[in-house]
Amino acid sequence: MNIFQSIGEAIESLNANKMRSALTILGIVIGVAAVIALMGIGSGTQNVITDEINNIGTNLIYVTSGGDADHPEPLTLEDAAAIADPSRAPSVIYVAPTLQGNASVAVTGESTTTQILGITPEFYEVQNTNVAEGIQINQELVESRATVVLLGVDVAEALFDTTTGLVGESVRINGQPFKVIGVLESEGGSAFQNTDDRVLIPLTTAQDRVLRRPNRGQVDLIYVQSSSSESVPPAIDEVSQILRSRHRSTLGVDDFDIISTQSFIDAAETITGVFTIFLGGIAGISLLVGGIGIMNIMLVTVVERTKEIGLRKAMGARKRDILTQFLTESALLSLSGGLIGILLGYLLATAIGQIAAASGTPIAPAIDINSILLATLFSAAIGLFFGLYPANRAANLEPVEALRAE
Amino acid sequence: MSEWVVDARELTKVYQMGEVQVHALRGLSLKIKPGEVISIMGPSGSGKSTLMNMLGCLDIPTSGEYLLDGESVSDMNDNQLADIRNRKVGFVFQSFNLLPRSTALTNVELPLRYSKSNGKDRRKKAYEALEAVGLADRVNHRPNELSGGQQQRVALARAIVTNPSIIMADEPSGNLDSKSGDEIMELLLNLNKERGATLIIVTHDPEIAEHTERVVHILDGAVVEGEK
Repeated sequence: MNIFQSIGEAIESLNANKMRSALTILGIVIGVAAVIALMGIGSGTQNVITDEINNIGTNLIYVTSGGDADHPEPLTLEDAAAIADPSRAPSVIYVAPTLQGNASVAVTGESTTTQILGITPEFYEVQNTNVAEGIQINQELVESRATVVLLGVDVAEALFDTTTGLVGESVRINGQPFKVIGVLESEGGSAFQNTDDRVLIPLTTAQDRVLRRPNRGQVDLIYVQSSSSESVPPAIDEVSQILRSRHRSTLGVDDFDIISTQSFIDAAETITGVFTIFLGGIAGISLLVGGIGIMNIMLVTVVERTKEIGLRKAMGARKRDILTQFLTESALLSLSGGLIGILLGYLLATAIGQIAAASGTPIAPAIDINSILLATLFSAAIGLFFGLYPANRAANLEPVEALRAE
Repeated sequence: MSEWVVDARELTKVYQMGEVQVHALRGLSLKIKPGEVISIMGPSGSGKSTLMNMLGCLDIPTSGEYLLDGESVSDMNDNQLADIRNRKVGFVFQSFNLLPRSTALTNVELPLRYSKSNGKDRRKKAYEALEAVGLADRVNHRPNELSGGQQQRVALARAIVTNPSIIMADEPSGNLDSKSGDEIMELLLNLNKERGATLIIVTHDPEIAEHTERVVHILDGAVVEGEK
């Protein structure tokens, strides 16, 4: 018997018992669907996180005070200036020192608490921040310690119920009057921060009036942009060298932290990777259960069809023919379960993606051809593996005994 | 072609039933000429079924020699037995043993599926066999759409489709009413005449045995009476 005849016969025999066949493959269907859906959502989530970090820029480095020292020296404008010196840090192209804190922003009758960032013009370079209307905070405004403010759209919405025509309005930050010079472009929320819910003021103004720090010239966070993604490691080295020599920190104990977006991506990929494998593993257990279900039914089938097996043997079927027949049936059962499962899993993942999108967290489920191939092969392999024992039992029946069965 | 189509010499078969040894055949010898029609009779427990299994190459003897159409069967392994059954033996069972979900044509094709043959050829041979048993107009019917007599005729077609050397019929009319039973017997004898296949009928019905040229009585695993 060639393989096509076997498949034809197997389809015929599975067709004859539609209800049972359907119930038997249910386990595989659910298992494969779960694997496909969960893996798809897992890698979809990973893509979302990676994309968001990439949007921030893969050549960004964040420098903060801290590290392993007991009493870390705060970062200062002088530190930022030293890092910006191209002869000392050739890999660095932009340095944006900032002060960050929360404060209340108010107009008559309305008030909201939001994030205040004291910035220099370099901030626009490292954060790709644009104004929808009005002007940016330029060097002149920083040097003159101007009491001006750029509003994020959420803040503008909260205070004025509109995001346009606000230039020239006046707001109070911690009770002090500031003149609105522009509204920031909406960037949309992300998983990490809402860049629309903040206001920008000149760094010098923040130092003097809103975010006072104990030391003169102190800054909270220095954004450093390297010339490219590849030059992030040398930039980190250069920044570290500069800060070590400036802070005269004890050898081996840095009093600052340097984080690159690449390290975010690495960490996120590790977490979502483990998460995906974990989900896939749980789903894999249901595949295993499905396989055992197939074995169970195949064993029943062999007993039921003992007489048929005897007849086939009397007609000249060899052991191999019977083995092939039953293996083909179980593999076909499992494979069709797998294919239906892939379809179902795809629909499920898409549905979950839609629900996620509707609730504000867009996750595009990523089902690649690899996971489809893998699921197909795996389900066929499950059928073969769990069909082996029943098929072998059928093949080894003695024709005389089998013919006698009722 | 050898002188005997069936040449069984001193066959013994011993089954181990727990701790007891059961001697189903005790040195049975039997020779059958090509084209002969014989019936094998005997009460249950006589070794009749065991003999049928031996002659049909479903089982091998514990000792003794069995030549089917000149081929020694006694030492064959499972695959060789399957092969010789496929080529040289046609079976007709009391309970028809048709595949319930397959059409008459597919049922008749079954033995050919286990031999080297292509699909077109198979279909043609199966159709011819069904024609020979008078069921050319029922080829696409399933067993449950056929009467008992018709089902047994499909089984007959299946037995002759490979042009076997011997046809083993085990109580071929046992599950049929007397009219259908007679028709089947008649058909069997006709097929024997037309095709020259040796016909071995296992039965305990003396009336059926009367139709055959020779009756072999088996008792306690040996032949007690050879000729009618």
